[in-house]
Formats: sequence, structure tokens, C-alpha cells
Amino acid sequence: MTTYLLRRLLALLPVMLVVVTIVFFLIHLIPGDPVAVILGPEANAQQIEDARRELGLDRPLHEQLLRFYGRLLRGDLGRSYFLDRPVTQALWERAEPTLVLMASGLFVAVLIGVPSGIVAGAYQGSWWDRGLMTLALLGVCVPGFWLSLNFIYLFSVWLGWLPVAGYASVFQDPVAAARHMVLPAVSLGFSQSALIARIARSCMIEVLRQDYIRTARAKGLAERTVVYLHAFRNALVPVVTVIGITMAILIGGAVVTEIVFNIPGLGRLIISAILRRDYPVVQGVVLVTAAAYMLINLAVDVVYAFIDPRIRYV
Amino acid sequence: MAGTSPAAAALPEPGIERPGSGAAGPRSMPDHPGAGARARWVRRVLRNRNVAVGGSVLVLLVFVALFADALSPYNPSRLYPAQRLRPPGGPNLLGTDEFGRDVLSLVLHGSRVSLLVGGVTMVLTSLGGVVIGLIAGYYRRLDLVVMRVMDGLMAFPAILLAIALMAARGPGVWNVVLALSVVYLPRTAMLIRSTALSVRELDYVLAAQALGRGGLAIAFRHILPNCIGPLLVQGTFIFAYAVLAEAILGFLGVGVPPYVPSWGNVIASGKNVIREAFWVSLFPGVALTLSGLSLNLLGDGLRDVLDPRLRVQ
Repeated sequence: MTTYLLRRLLALLPVMLVVVTIVFFLIHLIPGDPVAVILGPEANAQQIEDARRELGLDRPLHEQLLRFYGRLLRGDLGRSYFLDRPVTQALWERAEPTLVLMASGLFVAVLIGVPSGIVAGAYQGSWWDRGLMTLALLGVCVPGFWLSLNFIYLFSVWLGWLPVAGYASVFQDPVAAARHMVLPAVSLGFSQSALIARIARSCMIEVLRQDYIRTARAKGLAERTVVYLHAFRNALVPVVTVIGITMAILIGGAVVTEIVFNIPGLGRLIISAILRRDYPVVQGVVLVTAAAYMLINLAVDVVYAFIDPRIRYV
Repeated sequence: MAGTSPAAAALPEPGIERPGSGAAGPRSMPDHPGAGARARWVRRVLRNRNVAVGGSVLVLLVFVALFADALSPYNPSRLYPAQRLRPPGGPNLLGTDEFGRDVLSLVLHGSRVSLLVGGVTMVLTSLGGVVIGLIAGYYRRLDLVVMRVMDGLMAFPAILLAIALMAARGPGVWNVVLALSVVYLPRTAMLIRSTALSVRELDYVLAAQALGRGGLAIAFRHILPNCIGPLLVQGTFIFAYAVLAEAILGFLGVGVPPYVPSWGNVIASGKNVIREAFWVSLFPGVALTLSGLSLNLLGDGLRDVLDPRLRVQ
């Protein structure tokens, strides 16, 4: 297991290097002079020159790149122009809402997705199966941000059950936090639950065709016991990987959901940074989310290898 | 991040159709694609119910996009402040937005940006993916470098990379196309590469090599035709992801500029008036869902026909 873990971690290094390099070049994709764009039309030539020196953009490209690597190795993501504080600090302050949102979204996704998929798979071809799978197809096609707006209209504006938008910290006011988080979590989790349901269903169908299930049926076990005791657990194993695969949807979805519900997380941070041309913050958010995405995927793979040892030797 | 199962029509985060796991491999194409075989193949595709339904809706959407000017009752960019926030019905069938623009006309014109972005992104990722994938799949020495770059691009959550690229390039239809093509290109490149890797071991490729064919000729004339099936399926899904991603970028205010009507930015403007006018965001969203549904059905159907092994039971 340790060898497997080390091998996976080592494999991550070149990918991380490419990711960092891509993030570095983002600032060079700005058409024209990046410094002039960042400072806006009011800046004079002296200010532009000063900012260029401060950002190190007056140096040769390879030197800039090496300095960028060096800074990152020291954990320095630069300084936000607008917020006037280190980017790492800005990220740290905004991490909690995003993490809470993602965790609740994932919770909803698993809560809806796994049972739906298992039932649909166990009773393949039934009306349950057809209904749930039509719903899952819709779940994949309905845009999450639009669903959020409809939820807001229905549950907040019309019925008045839940707050329209905003965020309350779990640590300060858990009840308000839960009330604020219901709609964002459901809209974020819904499309992911559709994917989980579709995959849980095909895993269930796959497992129900195995010989040991035939044996269980042949020895006269009730269908219910066969499905829920014998097939269920093994069908769940591949579902673990789906969570890793769909993590990107969860991260991307969280950005959009934060905008819809005015949640002060990393998504709102990056969008406001773009509008203020605060590029270090944009680079910081992108880098941190990419790193988090890779690590989550690694964690999921490790969990999977732990559950199913055959994976380690592939 | 590995390839996903057939069900993973994740929006907007596509997986890869893996030939190893059975994506339309060499067997999905007729051995001698003569005129008769090709006609049979087209008939088989069209007979699939998902293809027929999804394809028909898509054709309808293309028709709407092409003739949006003639079909729209009003000019979508003209502002009529006196008629702001009119509910659906009467002269404005789907109501008006906060600037008095006719929502029906906005939705009809919005299809243009969506389909343009989706279609061009599909074409660009297919072309780029074929070139990169074939080169990586056939020239093993280049493979390592090219694939690390692709891995790096795929390590970003798709929407975040698109947002970051838009942040650098600024709003604009072609910048959206460019950003989404960069984001989705690696998926197609990986797919073509893995198909090429499995095909290049087949005897007929060996025979072509023995006959003295050059590497490029083999890659494009003998390996590429076997990639068309998976490419078509993947392309349809990328079309769907791109349409949705374009709407998301528009909604976030980093996509096409606000004066170009797109489903995403109309939904965004509806967000500001959701308390008094739900219809502004409702109808563009219905159009967006419909296009997503049609493309996903088309993709599912094409996959079922082109590779029966992957069919979802």
C-alpha cells in the first residue's frame, strides 16, 4: 500500500509542474501589455514601469518562470492588488463557505443518487427504473445555476420557507447556516446525484449478473436478501470512484452556486477578482482548486485501492 | 480523472470514451465502407430512437438560430423602458425583461451564440484532438511530453480553467470558443490517442508498414477512419458541454459581452429581477435544458449504434 501511495504521489509531480506552468502563463495571455491592462487607463508611464518591476515582468521569461516556481515552493502566491493582503490569506478567509457548500452538495448527491441507482438497477426495466432514469437524464441536462434560480423563486420568493440568498457560518449560528445551505446544497447536489444514480445503476446490474448472486438465488434466498445483502455492498465499490470523477463538477458548480446565492466563498472571490483585474488572486484560486482537485482524486483512488486491493497491482 | 463509464455524461466535465473499456473500436466501422455499406450505416444510425428524437430537436434549434431574425417578433437589442417586466402573454408572448426587451426574441437570438460556440468548439476540439491524439498515439517518443501537457490541462476543473482563460482574454464570442476548445481538447486528444494505440497493433497496420507506408500516411489513412465513431460520439457530448459552459460563463458575466443576447446572460439579468419577474430567467433556461437534452440523447443514441458494447442496459 505504501509503495502504491508513493508511486501515485510521484506521478502527481509532473502534472503539478504542468499545472503551475499553465497558471504562470495565464498572465501572459492578456492581450497587449498586461501591466497596462491591470492598472487600467488612468495609470501613467511611471506607475506602469514601477508595477512591471514589482511584478518581475521586466525580466526574461524563463527567469520569471523560475521565480514563480520558487515563490510557490515557499507557499507564496503573491499579493492581491485590490484586497491589499497576501493571496494565501484571502484564500484562507474564503475557504470555509466553499468547503461547507461542497460537503453539503456531495451529501445531497450521495443521499439521492445511491438509493435511486440501486433501486433502478435492482428492478431493471420496471417503472421505477424508467422513472428514475428519466429523472437522472433530466438531472444531467438541467443547468444547476438555472435550477437554483427556480428553487429561489419557488421556495424563497413564493413559499417564503427559506432565505433567498446569503451565508451564515456553521460555527456561529448552525441553525441559520443550515437554513441558508439547503437550497444551494440541493441545487449543487442534484446534477451530481444524477450521475451517481446512473453509475450506481449500471454497477448494480453488473453485480446482479455475477455467479455468486446466481448461487445465492439458487440456494433459495429471498430476492430482497440477495439484492440488499449480497449485491448492494459490491455495487457500492465503483461508486466511490464516481465521487472523484465528479469532483470537478462539484468544484465548478460551487463557483456558480456561490454567485447565485451570494455565498462569500472562493467562487465569488475569483469572479470579483476578474472584474477588478486582480490577477494574483485569479491565479491563486485556480491553482489551489486544481491542486485540491488532484489531491481529492488521489485520495479517492487510494480509498478505492484500499477497498479493492486488486487495483494496486494494475 | 480516468475515463468514465457510459453514464458519465457529466456537464460540463466530460470523461473520455475509452476504447479499452469498449468505446467504438475498430469493429464499429464497416470493413469496406463502400456506398452501400455507408447507406446501411446511416440508416442504422437514423433508426435509433434517441438519435431521431435528439437529432430532430437539434435540427429545429439550428433552424431557429438561422432564422432568428425572421422568427423574432421584436429586435432583441432594442430597449423599451416603458414596457419593462411585462408578464408573459399579449404582444410579448414570453414577457419582457428589466429593460423592456422581448424575452421570446432574446431566447430565439440566444440560440445563435449557444449553437455557434458549441458547434465551433466541437469542430476545433475534434480537429485538434485528431492531430494531437494521432501524433501521440503513433509517435511514441512525443507521446510522453504531449500527454503530460494534456494531463496538466485536465487537472483543472473545466469551468475554472475556462473562467481563468476568459479572465486573461476578456469577454467575446471567439474568446469563449477559444477557452472552451482549450478546456475540452485534451479529452478528445486522449480518446483518439487510446484508439490509435489499440489500432496500431492490428495486422493491417503492420501490413501497411511492411508495404513501406510512411508514419503519417498510416496514422491518417489507416488509423484515423477507425477513430471516426468514437470521435462523433465524443464530439456530440462536447457540443453539449460547450453549450452549457457558454451559458455558465455568460451567467457569471465573463462570457460573451452583455449586448450580445445569449441564454446565459439573459438568465443572469433575470436573476436580478427574480422576485418580480420569474419569466426572464425561466424561458432561456428551458431552451438551454432542451438543447442539452437533445444533444445528450443524440450522443447516447450514437454511442448505442456505433458501439453496442457500451450500451447502457
